[in-house]
Amino acid sequence: MNPVDVLDIARWQFGITTVYHFLMVPLTIGLAILVAGMQTAWYRTGNPRYLKMTKFWGKLMLVNFAMGVVTGIVQEFQFGMAWSEYSRFVGDVFGSMLAMEGIVAFFVESTFLGLWIFGWDRLSKGVHLACVWAFSLATVFSAYFILAANSWMQHPVGIEMVDGKPQLTSVWALLTNSTVLAALPHTLFGCFAVAGAFLVGIAAWKIARHHRESAVDNEDRGLWHASMRLGAWVGVVAFAGLAVSGDVQAKLMFSQQPMKMASAEALCHTEQPAGFSVFAYGDVGRPDCESVKSVTVPYLLSYLANGDVTSEVKGVQELLPEYREKYGTHYPDDPRLGELAGEPIDYTPNLPVTYWGFRFMIGFGSVAAAAAAGVLWFTRRGRFPKGRWVGPVALASIATPFLANVFGWIFTEMGRQPFVVVPNPNPSGVDGVWMFTAQAVSSGVSAGEMLTSVIALTAVYGVLAVVEVFLMVRFVRGGVEAVMPAHPPEGDDEDEGSEGKQSDDVLSFAY
Amino acid sequence: MDLSLFWFCVIAFLWLGYLFLEGFDFGVGMLLPILGRDEKQRRVLINTIGPVWDGNEVWLIVAGGSMFAAFPGWYASLLSTAYLPFLLLLLMLIGRGVAFEYRGKVDDPRWRQVWDAVIVVASWVSPMMVGLVLSATVFGLPLNANGDRVGGPLVILTGPTVIGALAVWGFSFLHGAAFLALKTTGDVRERARRFALRFGLPLLLPVVLLLLVAQLTEGSPWTWIPLVIAVVTALAGLARQAMWRDGQAFVLQGIALAGVVVALFGALWPNVLPSTLNPAWSLSISEAAVSDYTLTVVTWVAAFGLPGVLAYQGWTYWVFRKRIGTAHIPPVHAPTGA
Ligand code: HDD
Ligand code: HEM
Ligand code: HEM
Repeated sequence: MNPVDVLDIARWQFGITTVYHFLMVPLTIGLAILVAGMQTAWYRTGNPRYLKMTKFWGKLMLVNFAMGVVTGIVQEFQFGMAWSEYSRFVGDVFGSMLAMEGIVAFFVESTFLGLWIFGWDRLSKGVHLACVWAFSLATVFSAYFILAANSWMQHPVGIEMVDGKPQLTSVWALLTNSTVLAALPHTLFGCFAVAGAFLVGIAAWKIARHHRESAVDNEDRGLWHASMRLGAWVGVVAFAGLAVSGDVQAKLMFSQQPMKMASAEALCHTEQPAGFSVFAYGDVGRPDCESVKSVTVPYLLSYLANGDVTSEVKGVQELLPEYREKYGTHYPDDPRLGELAGEPIDYTPNLPVTYWGFRFMIGFGSVAAAAAAGVLWFTRRGRFPKGRWVGPVALASIATPFLANVFGWIFTEMGRQPFVVVPNPNPSGVDGVWMFTAQAVSSGVSAGEMLTSVIALTAVYGVLAVVEVFLMVRFVRGGVEAVMPAHPPEGDDEDEGSEGKQSDDVLSFAY
Repeated sequence: MDLSLFWFCVIAFLWLGYLFLEGFDFGVGMLLPILGRDEKQRRVLINTIGPVWDGNEVWLIVAGGSMFAAFPGWYASLLSTAYLPFLLLLLMLIGRGVAFEYRGKVDDPRWRQVWDAVIVVASWVSPMMVGLVLSATVFGLPLNANGDRVGGPLVILTGPTVIGALAVWGFSFLHGAAFLALKTTGDVRERARRFALRFGLPLLLPVVLLLLVAQLTEGSPWTWIPLVIAVVTALAGLARQAMWRDGQAFVLQGIALAGVVVALFGALWPNVLPSTLNPAWSLSISEAAVSDYTLTVVTWVAAFGLPGVLAYQGWTYWVFRKRIGTAHIPPVHAPTGA
């Protein structure tokens, strides 16, 4: 019944379930739009290769989509279950975003997805194409609303404080929060980085396998080659977009969340000009930096933070007193805070996590981009490198943008600790709005319940991860054959029914 | 009507939509082993809801999101108090969703058996959890002044809430049979109809009980009206089913459900979540509501969004309006293991 345990478990649960949800999300968003593009190409040219591409990548998208849906439902209800104090505090602001996401995005997404899956022979080609666009654009809208909610937690805008709680004064301010306008493109480019690497990895593996087995079904080789090149282009462009939008985000972070900026660099002392640390050894975790050796690029951090190579970037040591002065030195003496009640507040986020999270995000992203660029070069004009390593390396490279996304989120979310709603010391938003994570957790829920749920969810998610990968592998092995509609079946069914005996009526797709 | 009351009604409507739509989804899942005697028949059952189940489930997500948006205290207290039932519901919904999508993707009887088991268990348990938490909000929970639970994780289990769990379960069972009678042909249709006629009355019993308990403990005089409408239309539905009017039977059941929801939310009014410890700690509609500005914002979104949802979801049902039977089911088409 110790509230601190409840807090820790709730945080683990939120982290595990959200990161897991965000393994499915970028693949769904990126792939959905690419598949819609493929189907558009088929619609306009009639070239069967594009139909095959639509069917194949569409099938993998569906295997993944189901998991995105079911893990999303957990997210929707988790705020109330595990973070009820948080839900009460931000209700006036946050709930409206979730409601809008449901009404504007999820209904469209789920309904038109059903129409797309089952509608191949029921809808005209044009209407069917409209369905795939409806649901893939709806995924983008859902990203927008949920990121607007998340950005408000990073940078509260559009509210005033009434009776100690934020009250919405302008929904427009929320939807045009500078933070979400930067986070949305960054996240979407991240989604395309994932989808691009997915196309490249699988298509290259298929080609490499055909080479090895000198397979007869060379007729599909063109399809795999086209998919691979498409994926590589998407990957390269996405990374460029990530770098530009990430730069914008870094500049916002510098003014909105200076502590997160300092933590991203494990920058203990203010520097002017500040260099960007490429990597470090020694104990990054100590806010006094006694034992850290770091390899830096001079001036780069000043530029990233403020667009000017000479500007000052504040370090953790200098920020701590500022935070203590503004937000207090000790937690309130509230029994609901348990062991933390009346204790000093630690304003430093977990430095190794933020420092390495930031570096792994950029690092894995760069690896993915370099791989994509390499693919473009080595496969120009129908070439393909020989060697046994090609297939396995291609498959392994799929993981890189996923990892970059995961580390990006871990960095963003842990970098704002100990706050769940972060105050902005140089307010471009509303001043004086914050909530400590320790205050956000449900106070009526026992540690036993919380533990039950985190174990149950993690176990189920673990099993499902195996199942999803197993199915994807099967479909990748099966290739195009396994996803194209079967040839019309012979009508020799033993049907006991009276009606519907006509077998020309057979559904082109059924579960 | 002031906006908080309006949103109370919107949320009742969203729950009505959810119970109606996913009610028959659950029912189809429960009936899977009962009406689906062989693999083809089971596929007939699953494919009646194949294109629509996800859209139906979003009604739950939006009902939850709207509670959060309009009455955050309601959302926070109900979900944290009923932590374990919600957890169980989530786990079941995870299993069901994945099972529908994955069941046919490997052509192997053992694989299908496992997912069928998941569908059946999840379809039995989910409606019970929905009924449990919905009736808990009507009859109240032991909440303190902050809206937190007083007592252990299972305080939600009381006589009335258990009846509520059985009521939603029973309704879904019957509703699924009526839906299948309307959407299938041949053997499956015939047996769905017979199931509805034979078990209709016992399955409706907990619903009637729930209504009576709610009426007698929390109701107002006017809530007798929806109560009576619910009972009469439910019985009329069974009568029409007996006359082979599948469509009418299904619609009458929908009206009965509307009566049930109006009666229950009528009994809940003017609260959203009563405290059984002290009436002063109950969350009332006016106190629990968010600011007028926020309510206005979500009202605009709902005013444009929800009619659209009804239109395109209605269109989906129109596109897939044909009855299906075993003759319509294509052979299994999945990658082979090689
Ligand atoms: C940047 C994008 C993004 C982010 C940060 C999140 N999601 Fe998500 N979510 C999606 C993007 C998305 C999506 C792409 O729209 C999904 C993934 C697969 C899918 O079906 O839709 C989805 C599915 C999905 C669903 C199921 C919808 C359905 O049944 O169709 C729910 C209820 C949520 N999410 C809720 C959440 C919550 C409460 C989050 C916050 C913690 C969250 N998601 C983070
Ligand atoms: C709009 C979307 C999101 C919202 C509203 C949100 C909100 C929250 C909340 C309430 C917590 C718990 C408090 C805490 O421990 O900090 C949290 C923690 C966390 N979230 Fe997010 N989050 C969102 C998106 C994401 C995504 C997409 C990811 C990653 C995939 C993510 C990763 C994490 C992690 C790793 C934690 C644990 C941090 C910690 O405990 O220190 N979040 N977030
Ligand atoms: C190329 C250089 C990159 C830079 C300069 C950069 C910069 C940033 C910054 C500053 C943030 C934190 C925003 C905040 O908390 O206020 C962030 C977050 C994030 N990054 Fe990156 N990033 C880069 C590459 C990538 C790559 C390659 C990916 C994934 C493929 C990625 C995915 C993410 C995600 C998912 C988040 C969290 C969500 C968000 O705040 O948008 N980033 N990035």
